[in-house]
Order: sequence, then structure tokens, then C-alpha cells
Amino acid sequence: MIDPIKPPRRKNPLLRTRLPASPPRPRSRTSHGFTRAAAEGRFMLQRCEACGSFAYPAREACPSCLSADLAFVDAPRRGMLLAETTARVPSDVYFRERAPWRIGLVKMDCGPTIVAHLHGDCAEGAAICMSLQLDKSGQAVAFAHPEGDTPNMADDKQWREMTADPKFRRVLVTNGRGVIGQEAVAALKAAGAKTVFVGVAEPWRPFAGEERLRDQDGIEIVTLDAADEKSVADLAADIGGKVDILVNTTEYVRPGGLLDRRGTSIARDEIDQAYLGFINLAQAFGPAMRMRGADGINSSAAWVNILSVYALANWPAFGAYSASQAACLSLSHCLRAELRPGGVKVMNLFTGPVDTEWFQMVPPPKVAPRAIAQAIVSGLKGGLEEMYVGDVAEEIRQRLAANPKALERELDR
Amino acid sequence: MQSKNLLELASAISSGAVRVVDLTFTLSPDFPVIVLPPEFGQAAPVRIQEISRYDGRGPAWYWNNVTFGEHTGTHFDAPIHWFTGKDLPNNAVDTMPPKDMIAPACVIDCSSQAAQNPDFLLTVPIVEAWEAKHGRIPERNWVLLRTDWSKKGWRDYANLRDDGAHTPGPNPEVMKWLVEQRGVIGFGTETIGTDAGQAGHLEPPYPAHHFLHGAGRYGLQCLCNLDQLPATGAVVVASPLKIQNGSGSPLRVIALVAPT
Repeated sequence: MIDPIKPPRRKNPLLRTRLPASPPRPRSRTSHGFTRAAAEGRFMLQRCEACGSFAYPAREACPSCLSADLAFVDAPRRGMLLAETTARVPSDVYFRERAPWRIGLVKMDCGPTIVAHLHGDCAEGAAICMSLQLDKSGQAVAFAHPEGDTPNMADDKQWREMTADPKFRRVLVTNGRGVIGQEAVAALKAAGAKTVFVGVAEPWRPFAGEERLRDQDGIEIVTLDAADEKSVADLAADIGGKVDILVNTTEYVRPGGLLDRRGTSIARDEIDQAYLGFINLAQAFGPAMRMRGADGINSSAAWVNILSVYALANWPAFGAYSASQAACLSLSHCLRAELRPGGVKVMNLFTGPVDTEWFQMVPPPKVAPRAIAQAIVSGLKGGLEEMYVGDVAEEIRQRLAANPKALERELDR
Repeated sequence: MQSKNLLELASAISSGAVRVVDLTFTLSPDFPVIVLPPEFGQAAPVRIQEISRYDGRGPAWYWNNVTFGEHTGTHFDAPIHWFTGKDLPNNAVDTMPPKDMIAPACVIDCSSQAAQNPDFLLTVPIVEAWEAKHGRIPERNWVLLRTDWSKKGWRDYANLRDDGAHTPGPNPEVMKWLVEQRGVIGFGTETIGTDAGQAGHLEPPYPAHHFLHGAGRYGLQCLCNLDQLPATGAVVVASPLKIQNGSGSPLRVIALVAPT
């Protein structure tokens, strides 16, 4: 049984903040099939197309029939813990600092035997549920959980290394003026965040939901205009060392593409708000987050972007907006690489049109802001890197994978 | 006038005998800007981005890139800003006569009325009462409406509610009258516009813009320190940036005040 984690005490200012070490990084190219699965919270193994047997670890040929036709497919998660061992003095710096560390040998019901990190409640001989997780190096590892829920399950020490659970962490929601931001604030607070800082640009301008935001406990409204370099730097000077999770809820949606717009004013606003805002936030908050990746219970843990799925494929009706989102998507990959040494995850949440004012004329289905907020929390708790929220986002992804050219033509309507 | 007088003026400024009052808010990203319905084009906010600050980007020097809309901060409105002034000659900030950049000012103190009523409108009788006390407004003078609005916090300053901004300004009659009967060179306010917050509902809408710019006159807004000016006798220096075909610009507005 797992003891619940306690709210962290204030730091002893006489002690150096320990730098984040990383677990071993190298993987084969084929192994990144697991990385892709882990990023999305799926459990995939290679399965031989010829004989149907599952293989693990990643291989170039089927260990049963030597066929080279191995494909990653969703696999059953159930298995049994054959044996466990506790590493007490590992030679690797990352594990040594976190020792004792439990690993075990799991016989999967679907065949292979997997060496996995163990949740504290996994017992030898008992059934387990396997998942693929991204570790602090951003690489996929196998993680065995007990089959059912156990008390304080999410507080397990080894599990918390794999996730970015908001519990007891301090979160900055960058834009509280919109519904998405406000829902995110409520969801993160409900998930146990200690403090949610919520940015409000142009505080002289009233906005819907302001009263409710001000009335909630554990929420600090801060002045933040992500598009303004100085505003972001000023806020980081105040709270940069206390932001464990940053949720970028910038919302700037305008319809239109190229020819039916006059001039670049709107495009400039789109770039200012989405792209330059992202850069300002990253430059102001990123370095401290990267440095605080191993800073105890409330170490820095994750950066969340909410992106339009049309970042992946331009939707001409919102063409310039799609382009601004594509720019942010590209930037997110850069940020992910740069935050990697700190073990800070960058989670991208893709959505279709959201049920907000600027998508008024778009017919349903539209994503409810609350669904986005819930996805943020579940993604952080599960340690994910990519999430597709709602049917439209999922469909666009599948159509893009199937035939990008077809999708391009279909979006041109 | 002899050059001697001009030099005396310079010397009086230098000695402090003639006070120089800064009527300008600091141009910063925090300052409220005019809010239009989101479907219209918007004024770009003030942005200040460091190029370098004695660092690797430029070891010995500090400088910024600055961007802003023509109508941000304490700013000047040229006749070309409004449709009524669009066909006038020399109606932009780059072509307006430089001599129009220096003119005396009449300051009408309506701070007590504005404190009572955010939708206070200046009327002809109020100006006539002012004239009874201070004399007739001379031609080619600025009329500056003092409301002490500039002393408010930003939220009260913008005073946006669900039916728009509620800030004081002139009514249509007084604007037409000041332009036609008094020949003012322009009208200045402490609020975000020369017009009242609810002026879109007046007839004509936005009367200050309508009548001033239609007659080739100017607007000044987001002024401060009007409480430091005498009712008459101050000289306002308001020279906008020489933006090509510009409709206005942020600027430094100063007033010269002689000893009393």
C-alpha cells in the first residue's frame, strides 16, 4: 500500500537545488514504436504478421518464425509478475538518487516477457496491467501497475517519476480570460494543484467569468499578456521559480485565410498571440522549469500546449489561424528537446473547433472547453505527450495518416 | 515680435519662471487602448522589445524595438482620421502646418461633474458660463476638457461595462459650436478618446471626431496633469510624429505656463 504524499515543506534556502539527472536515453530506431505509443498512452507491441506472435523488446525479425514483417499494434495489457528485484545502489546517477528502485519480470498474457518498472503495489505472482510510459528522458519504458485500483495509487514514487500529476504542484494557466482557461483552472484545482496562477491580460478590460475566478480559493490572478515580452518577463521574475506546470491557454481564433483578408493586421495578431506569446513564455519560464525538474514533490513537471488539429493540415476557412498553430506545433518540438534535460514533459493537446465564440458558425461536433480541461488533467496524470480531444481531432489525425493529399482536398470546401 | 522675446522665453523656461507641464502618459503596454468590437480591425497595442541591453546582443548599448498603433497612449488625431476630414488638404500628421503644433489652451474644469456622472457631457451653457468667468475663447485655441479622469486606476479609466465605455466627453451641439462659433484649433481630453464613451449613440455619432476633423481641426486624448494648468494662458506644444499619411500618433504633449 502506498503512503499518500504530503504537501511539500518550504525549501531550505541553505541547500542547493539538485539538478535533474536523466535515465539512460539510447534506443534503437525500431524501439521508438514504443515511444510513439507511450506518447499517446497506448500499449503497443510488435506482432508478427506471418505467425501472429507478439515480440518484445523491439526486434527486426520475429523470434518465432524469423519473418521480418513485424508491426506495432495495440496489445493486451494484462500479465503476471514473475519476479521482482530492488536495485539499492544502482550505478546510474538518475536511479542511484532514487534508489531503492523496484523492477520486475512480467510474463504477458499475450506471450512476451517484459522487464518493467514496478508500481509499489505490484506483488509477485499477482496479475498486473502493463503500460508504456515516457520516463524523464522522454523515452518509452514498460511500467507494471496492479490490476485494480489501490489506495493512493497515483502517489507511488516510481509512478510519479513517469507522470506530471498536478497534485501539490503549482500551475500557471496563462490566459484566464477565456472559457478554456477558466475550465482548466477549475480542473487543475480539483486535481489537487496547490496553487493555480492564472494570467489575465489587460486587467482593465472586464471579461465573462471574472467573478467566479476571483472567488475560488488557491487561485492567484496575475497580470500576464503573453504577447508582451515585458509582461511575461515581469511575471517570471515574481513566480518563475514556482511554476511546476505551465498550461498555455492562449486563445486567438479568427476566421479567414489569405485572399479574403485585407492586410496583415489580423495575421500579425495571430502570430503575436500564439507564436511570439509561446516564445515569450518559453524564454521567461523555460529555464527555471528545466533547472527544477528534480526539485522534490513539487518539481517542475510539464508544459501543456492546446493546439488546433489544423496545425497538422491547413483548414482554409481558418487558414491563417491554422498556419499560426502549425508554427506553434513546430515550436513545441523545439521546446520539448530543450526541456528534455530537465525531465519536463511537453504535452500537446490537439482539438477540433471548440465550442467558443469564434467557432460560432462551425456546425457541431465541437469540443466543449470542459473536455479540454479534463483532458489536460488526465494527460498530466498519465504522463502523456500527445492527446487528441474530440472526434474531429481524432478523425483529422487518421485521415492525415491515411492520405494527406486527400485530406487537403477535403478540407478545401 | 523680436528674437529677443523668444530668447527671453527660452531663458524663462530654463530658469523655471515659465513652468513646463508634461501632459503625457508614459507610453507603455499597460495603458488602456480604444476597444472596438472584435470583428473590426484593432489598434496594435504598445510593445517594447529589447534589441540589446549591454549584453551579448550589444555589449555597450541598450535599445528597443517599439511597435504601436497610431492611436495609442497620449495621442494626436489628425483630420484624415475621420471620414469627415478625408478630403481636406494637408489633413495628415506629415502634411499639417507645423504652426498648428503650438497654440494656447483654454482649460474647462468639469472634474466635479465627471466625478458625479461618468457619462457627463460638456454643453454650450457650461462653456458659456466658463466664458462669463474667463472671457470668450479666442480663435485657434485648444479647448481642453479637464475631468481628472487621468487620475483613475486603469479599470475605472477605461470603465468598460456590458454596454460599452462610460467616460465623459462633449455633446454634439458644443462641438459644432466650438468649431464654428469659436474657431478652436482642437479639443483635448483626459479620456481614451476625444468623444464620450457612449458617443456612438449621439447624433451624429462621435461628434468631436465628426465636427473637429470635418473642419480640419485636431484632437488630443489621454492627456494628464490638466489640473496643473490655468484656465487660460497656457501654451500647448503638440507635435505628432511625422508619419507618412498618418492619421495620428502618440506624442509628447507639453504646456508652457507663465508665472501668475
